[in-house]
Amino acid sequence: MFKWFGVVNLSPCTRVAAFAEHLRAGKLMASRCTACGQRAFPPRADCERCLSPEFEWLEISGRGRLLTWSRIDAAPAGFEDYAPYVVAVLELVDGGRALAWLGDSLTEDELRIDMELVLTPRLRDDLEEIRVDYLLERPRAQAPRTNGAPPALATTERRNP
Amino acid sequence: MERVGIVGIGHTAFGRRGDASVQELACEAFRGALADAGLERDAIDATVLGSVPEYHKQRSLAGVIQEYLGLAPKPVWLTEAACASGSAAIRTAWLSIRAGEHDVVAVIGCQKMTELATAEILGLMGRVGEVQWESSFGTTFPGYYAMFARRHMHDFGTTRAQLTQVAVKNHHYGAQNPLAMFRKPVTAEKAEGSESVASPLNVYDCCANADGAACVILARESVARTCTKPPVWLAGMGCATASASILHRGSLTGIPSAARAAADAYAMAGVKPERVRVADVHDCFSIAEVMAYEDLGFCARGEGGRYAEERQGWIGGRVPVNVDGGLKAKGHPVGATGVSMTCEIVKQLRGEAGERQVPNADVGLTHNVGGIGQYCFVQVLARND
Repeated sequence: MFKWFGVVNLSPCTRVAAFAEHLRAGKLMASRCTACGQRAFPPRADCERCLSPEFEWLEISGRGRLLTWSRIDAAPAGFEDYAPYVVAVLELVDGGRALAWLGDSLTEDELRIDMELVLTPRLRDDLEEIRVDYLLERPRAQAPRTNGAPPALATTERRNP
Repeated sequence: MERVGIVGIGHTAFGRRGDASVQELACEAFRGALADAGLERDAIDATVLGSVPEYHKQRSLAGVIQEYLGLAPKPVWLTEAACASGSAAIRTAWLSIRAGEHDVVAVIGCQKMTELATAEILGLMGRVGEVQWESSFGTTFPGYYAMFARRHMHDFGTTRAQLTQVAVKNHHYGAQNPLAMFRKPVTAEKAEGSESVASPLNVYDCCANADGAACVILARESVARTCTKPPVWLAGMGCATASASILHRGSLTGIPSAARAAADAYAMAGVKPERVRVADVHDCFSIAEVMAYEDLGFCARGEGGRYAEERQGWIGGRVPVNVDGGLKAKGHPVGATGVSMTCEIVKQLRGEAGERQVPNADVGLTHNVGGIGQYCFVQVLARND
């Protein structure tokens, strides 16, 4: 059910759709080509090295270091209500990269290039529909927030939903 | 192999063109180019349109324009390479002449963007990035370049003030270009204090969406020599691609496709970067121009910020860059931009650039980037015989 994935999903049909179901279960998965062993994150159905269409899932830690980020103040259509929000790129220790928003354990002011962060699965609990994605959190605050009430909003700044 | 020369150029005013439809804009540029070349309409063997379809209400615009210009039943086709669609069109026209199929080909770049709201355009442009894993988090086009800027600042010590100098220069020259969208200089204080778009980039780091059209007419050498003005030759044509996804892009401080396309264009033309006398580069954002200085070899890697600060891109500097105002001040009607760049360099090489003429300009360059670098086209143009 890849339509669950992302803040706004734009491409629901994909052969790596199970990624979203794993995320819902709190697991971050990479793909591994069963022909040549090449790993990919984000996952790929077709191997970038040998083009084989056969792959398997492999759980990864989500640990990585921050490559760069930007706070989006002028938001595109569909995201106006969320702005401003930070998009950041993490280089994962298990290979690959991810682009994600910031979780509640850090603010934009605290970001430093090369700092260690963890890509953390999130099941949104503030919506009626099922929606999953991942957030960047500090290493100590990586427990997935898959249950319970939504975290309290800080009064001084707007948070990612 | 016979050379291909540019024999005619035409260019509309860029900006908010509430007065004209997209085919009327195309006609304005085409009429200008025909007159400039001293050619009759019948001399045109084929037309290539550079345009991005998503911005127009009209579907399949190429046929509509061909009909409006009275060029049917001659062939027409569209090329699309995001913001590099114009240069992609010039490349396919050049290839069709080199292949021996056509003698004279008109290339029209046109775009009418201001009918869409800015948020819609930001959404459309953001989706030129990877939709499955990136756009679903609300990435924007300025946001991608902002992330390049952040990394460039970190790795090379590029400063906020250096980025601002790009806007100051391009507005300075835009004020001298009667066809530019913004014809007012801007102070560093005003540019730097402008509203944030995507940190660390502000309004004055970003080009503006615009309406406009530009046209160049290409001819094989034997025909080119019979036209009104001395031809400007397409001496080096480079074209390359790089990852559309920031997740697969090795370097975040340069555009790898630009460096590769430039190397190919220089090799074909048999020149080195220091031989270039004037350049039009793709300054969709201030950081994009800074990276272009480096990717094109006008300065060493990491020195782009200093190049801006030392005013090496001004007339009198090492290689003057975007002395027509660039995308920043001229405006960026995406499909028209690449063709507009070639028009400007032809003007410079002919000595027709007036107030902003670069002295002794005999070799020039264009650098047109699509998306965040998934496409790049570099042309080396030369006046020599």
